[in-house]
Amino acid sequence: MYQYNEFDKAFVKSRAAQFRDQLERWESGRLSEDDFRPLRLQNGWYVQRHAPMLRVAVPYGELSSAQLRVLARIAREFDAPEPEVYLKAADAQGRLGTTHLPTNSAHFTTRTNVQFNWIPLSKAADVMDLLASVDMHGIQTSGNCIRNISCDERAGVAPDEIADPRPFAELMRQWTTLHPEFAFLPRKFKIAVTGAAEDRAATDWHDVGLRLLRNELGELGFRVTVGGGMGRTPMVGSVLREFLPWNQIMNYIEAVVRVYNRYGRRDNKYKARIKILVKAEGQRYIDDVEDEFREIVEQDGGPHTIPPAELERVTASFVPPAVTRCESKHAARKDAPTDNPVFMRWMQRNVALHKDPALRIVTLSFKRLGQAPGDASAGQLERLADLADRFSAGEARVTHTQNVVLPWVAADNLFALWEGASQLGLASTNVGLLTDIIACPGGDFCALANARSIPIAQALAERYQDIDELDDIGEIDVHISGCINSCGHHHSGHIGVLGVDKDGKEWYQITLGGADGTVASGAAQPGKVIGPSFSAAEVPDVFEAMLRTYRELREYREQGRYERFIETLRRTGLDPFKAAANNARVKQEVSV
Amino acid sequence: MSNVPRLNVIAWHAVQGDEQPNVLKLANDADPMSLADGLGGIERIELHFPHFTDGRAYSQAYLLRRRLGFTGDLRATGDVQIDQILQIARTGFSSAVLNEGLDPADATRHLARYSGFYQRDLAGA
Repeated sequence: MYQYNEFDKAFVKSRAAQFRDQLERWESGRLSEDDFRPLRLQNGWYVQRHAPMLRVAVPYGELSSAQLRVLARIAREFDAPEPEVYLKAADAQGRLGTTHLPTNSAHFTTRTNVQFNWIPLSKAADVMDLLASVDMHGIQTSGNCIRNISCDERAGVAPDEIADPRPFAELMRQWTTLHPEFAFLPRKFKIAVTGAAEDRAATDWHDVGLRLLRNELGELGFRVTVGGGMGRTPMVGSVLREFLPWNQIMNYIEAVVRVYNRYGRRDNKYKARIKILVKAEGQRYIDDVEDEFREIVEQDGGPHTIPPAELERVTASFVPPAVTRCESKHAARKDAPTDNPVFMRWMQRNVALHKDPALRIVTLSFKRLGQAPGDASAGQLERLADLADRFSAGEARVTHTQNVVLPWVAADNLFALWEGASQLGLASTNVGLLTDIIACPGGDFCALANARSIPIAQALAERYQDIDELDDIGEIDVHISGCINSCGHHHSGHIGVLGVDKDGKEWYQITLGGADGTVASGAAQPGKVIGPSFSAAEVPDVFEAMLRTYRELREYREQGRYERFIETLRRTGLDPFKAAANNARVKQEVSV
Repeated sequence: MSNVPRLNVIAWHAVQGDEQPNVLKLANDADPMSLADGLGGIERIELHFPHFTDGRAYSQAYLLRRRLGFTGDLRATGDVQIDQILQIARTGFSSAVLNEGLDPADATRHLARYSGFYQRDLAGA
C-alpha cells in the first residue's frame, strides 16, 4: 500500500484542523448554513433524511487493517444518534414498513468509499481527527469537485493485468487533492482507472475512464474515455484517446477538466455533468480538449508530465508484501478438506487466481440475510481487520460491488480463512450470483431517495436462499437504486431496479440488459425499462417470472455450461422477459 | 522562502466608489484568450465570482497568468468568502475584495493554514 510520508500526514491534519475551524464558525453563526454546506460536503459531510452522513474516502479502494480498526472504532463509539433522533427516524421508517434501522455500523459504497449514517455533526471534528490518525479523511468525497478515484480491486494481483494502475491512481489522488482551479466545477467529477484486461471498475460509466494498455510498440499508455455517467441521462463515455502515453495522463486530464470548468452548464444541475457537454458539443468538445492539451504541453511546458523517477518513487510503495505462506500452527490444514461441499463451493465462487501462483484473491461477501448490501457492523470491521492481518498482509480492498477483497492470501491458508470468514457471516458463496446485489442506502437513509432500496434487496435475498438454485441461475448483476441519481447503478444491472415515487407511494421500475462493461456482460450500456413500475410486493414475483423465463429459454453452451442470463437476454431480446414480468403483476380488482 | 501565498485582501467597503482607469472587468463567461492582443496599458483585471461555488474565474485566472503572461493586478470580486481566499491566492490572483461584512484579518489567517500543497501554485509556476 501507499505509505503516507510526513507531508501527506501533515496535510490531512491541516485539513482536519481547517474543517474544525469551519464547523465552529458555523456553530457560532459566523458562517451561514448556505456558505457552510459546500465546505462540509467537500469534507464528506451530508445532512440526510434523519441525521448527518459521513463519507470517508478510500483512495482506489485500499484499506489497511489499522484503518479498518479506526473505522470500527468510529462505528462503535460515534455512529449512534441521540435517542430522540433515532426514535423519530425509526417511527418515520416504521410507517413505511422498515423494521430494522442499524446503528453502529459502516457501509461500503459503489465508489469504494465508507459511509456512516448516524454521527452527530457536533462530533464531526473529533471523528475527522481520529480518521487523520490513520491517514484518512473525507476530502472531496462530495461536492462539485474531482472525487475519490476508484480502481480495480484486483490491481497489482490480477493475472490478467497489463500494468498496476495504483501508482497512477496515487499520483492522480495527489494531483486532484485540493486542486485550487477545480474545486468548484459545474458538477461532481469521477475518475476510474484499471490496468487489467477485464474491466472490474466500470470505467466507461465514469466522467473519465482510464484503461492501461500497450500499443503495437509495447509502450504503456491509457485508453481515455470521457463523459460517462448514470443519473437521469445515462451515458457511456466517448473514447477521446485510444492511446495516450502514460506520462501525459495528468496533462490530459487537466485539459479535459479545464474545458469542462469553463463551458459545462451551470444553469441546471441536471445538465451540468460533463456527459451533457460531451454530448451537446460532440467533436467540438474533443477539439477543444486537444487544443488545450497541446497548449498545456507546448506553451505551459507540460507541468504535470510524470517523470520516470516520480513514477518509480510511487511504485515503490506498491511492491508485493511478504506474505505468510502458511500459518505454522495450522500447517496440517494445508490439505484442506475437499469433501466439505460448502468449503469447495466457496473455493470455486469466492476465490480467484493470483499473479503469484502461491497466492489467491479472496472475496468476502457482504451480501447476507439481516444486513443491507455493503453494511458492516463495528464487530465485523474489527474482525475483518484481524482476518486481513492474519491472511492478507494487513490489507483489504473495497469493491464497487460492495464486497471486500483480501488480495494476498496464501493458498495454504484458504481453509483457515474460510473458517474465520464463516464465523463472521462473510463467507456467503454468492459472489457474482443473484443475491450479490448492489444497492444504495435508499429511502431508509438518503434524503434524495424516492423509495427504499434495502427492503427490496432483503426481499430478494430471502426469496433466493437456496444456494443450489442460485448456482443454477448463475451469474447475474442485480442493481438497485432508490432514485434516479443511480448510486445503486441500476442502469448497468442485467436487471436494474429503480425506486420511483408515485403519489407518495413507493414503486419500482425494472430495466433489463444493462452492462457495466465486463467481458461477461458485454460493452457498457444502460438497460431498457420494461414497462410501468411495480409495487414492492410484486418485485420478487417479477424476478421469479423473469428467471423462470431465462431457465426455459437458455441454451446449453460448450464447456459444460448454460448461457448466462445476460447471454440469453441478448439472444432472444427483451420481449419474453417483458411478457413474463407483466404477467406477474397483481391483477387489480375492477371496482364498480 | 515562505510557502504562504501572498494576496492583498481588501475589505468590501474600502473600494466602494473607487473607479479607476486602466481596469478591465472580465465577465465570468468571457474567454480570456480574446484579450490576447488587448492587454497593453491594463493595470488590473477584475474577475467576478457571481457565487463562491462558481469556479470559472479560477480557470480564467490561470489562462491570464500562464497563457497571456499578464503581470498586472489580478483581482477577485463578487461573492468572495473567507474560505476561498487560499484558493484564490493559489490560482494567480494578487488581490481580492471580500464580500460585504467580512474582515480581511479573518481571511488572511487562512493563508498560512497548510505548510504545502500537492500542486505548485498556478501563479508563479
